[in-house]
Amino acid sequence: MLKTRIIPCLDVKDGRVVKGVQFVDLVDAGDPVEAAKAYDAAGADELTFLDITASHEDRGILLDMVRRTAEACFMPLTVGGGVRKVDDIRALLLAGADKVSINPAAVNDRRFVKEAAEKFGDQCIVVAIDAKRVSREGEPPRWEIFTHGGRRETGIDALAFAEEVVSLGAGELLVTSMDRDGTKAGYDIALTRAIADRVHTPVVASGGVGTLDHMVAGVRDGHASAVLAASIFHFGTYTVGQAKQALRDAGLPVRMT
Amino acid sequence: MSVAIIDYGSGNLHSAQKAFERAAREAGLATAVEVSGDPAVVARAERIVLPGVGAFADCRRGLDAVPGMVETLVEQVRRRGKPFLGICVGMQLMASRGLEYVTTEGLDWMPGDVVRIRPSDPSLKIPHMGWNALDARRPHALLDGIATGPDGLHAYFVHSYHLTASAPSDVVATTDHGGAITAMVARDNMAGVQFHPEKSQTLGLALIGNFLRWRP
Repeated sequence: MLKTRIIPCLDVKDGRVVKGVQFVDLVDAGDPVEAAKAYDAAGADELTFLDITASHEDRGILLDMVRRTAEACFMPLTVGGGVRKVDDIRALLLAGADKVSINPAAVNDRRFVKEAAEKFGDQCIVVAIDAKRVSREGEPPRWEIFTHGGRRETGIDALAFAEEVVSLGAGELLVTSMDRDGTKAGYDIALTRAIADRVHTPVVASGGVGTLDHMVAGVRDGHASAVLAASIFHFGTYTVGQAKQALRDAGLPVRMT
Repeated sequence: MSVAIIDYGSGNLHSAQKAFERAAREAGLATAVEVSGDPAVVARAERIVLPGVGAFADCRRGLDAVPGMVETLVEQVRRRGKPFLGICVGMQLMASRGLEYVTTEGLDWMPGDVVRIRPSDPSLKIPHMGWNALDARRPHALLDGIATGPDGLHAYFVHSYHLTASAPSDVVATTDHGGAITAMVARDNMAGVQFHPEKSQTLGLALIGNFLRWRP
């Protein structure tokens, strides 16, 4: 039986981990390779790097970082941020990424998803869906896609978008609630579930996790195949092992070995 | 000892190379691991690895595009009996045919078709992506010392198609995703794994170490 994946997400900028990883004593808390190794040892099921470097010129720094990580860690690695062209995907995959997450390029040009999936296979194309609830209190829930860290609205319905990118070849959806991101109030379960029940591809729940119960809810109630978390792992609030135990205690399948 | 990992433009092979080097170190084997698209290098190597990611037809096209590579593989693996490991689509290419988007001929070393996974439970997701345990159907040297079964080690899978072998005896291990999915096949000096040993941490490094020691 396929196991629920627990995925730590590291924000990186100019080849460094933003805020650093503090759950273990690393010689250099900002070194992405050191951080990746620590999560590998901690039993993480995958690792995601989200590059938030503003400039697109320093792509070489990111590629070098991915290369060094892939050489040191024999675990699946997803890289997102600044992916605009087929060549960006090719460069990341050649550097050692297993999956590449695209957004907002997918929003601006949906043919890009199709082109990418046909070239590299749907298994390595993740589409990041950043959504905000736009319905009012008492109305049936509705979410729309937002880009640029939730600042720019697009007017695109999140569920319709999810369905469309999957039909074009997205192999996985990374669903982030922009309402919940950074709040530690838990994933937007209704959003996660609405999308997970709509598409046949795996959904990764993201945005807002603050407790282990939130992770359990993301899978049990949100029907996510994987849960992504950042600060609660980096700052050592919980370990990956504790997260797995919590899922297991809730009767969900996890990989303990 | 020397191992050639065949480079035919199908994805990153650097992490695979590193994983083979590390497994060799851990097994105490002096091993040169070379990533190469040169049939001469493949012909010289004592062990041959065929990786592959993406779509079946694309991979077949890529392999055919390297002059002399398929002929070299047939000569070294089929005639000379060198130990061979196919990984992911590299394993699928061992089949007779791939039925992904279009029907494409495989190498026909492991009779059977590569077909889309159809889980009995429609709520199960495709691609089959993530960690799953192996159910060993029969013993094999590549699984030596690897705990299988529901409480065993896990392998990392990411695929939407799998090889359905015509001869049940070719299937060494399956995994469950709404039905049995072929995880590993083997016959004589040839083995293939649907999962990614280079991404499968403990299980992966152990399996690669076994492959390096394998005397079929």
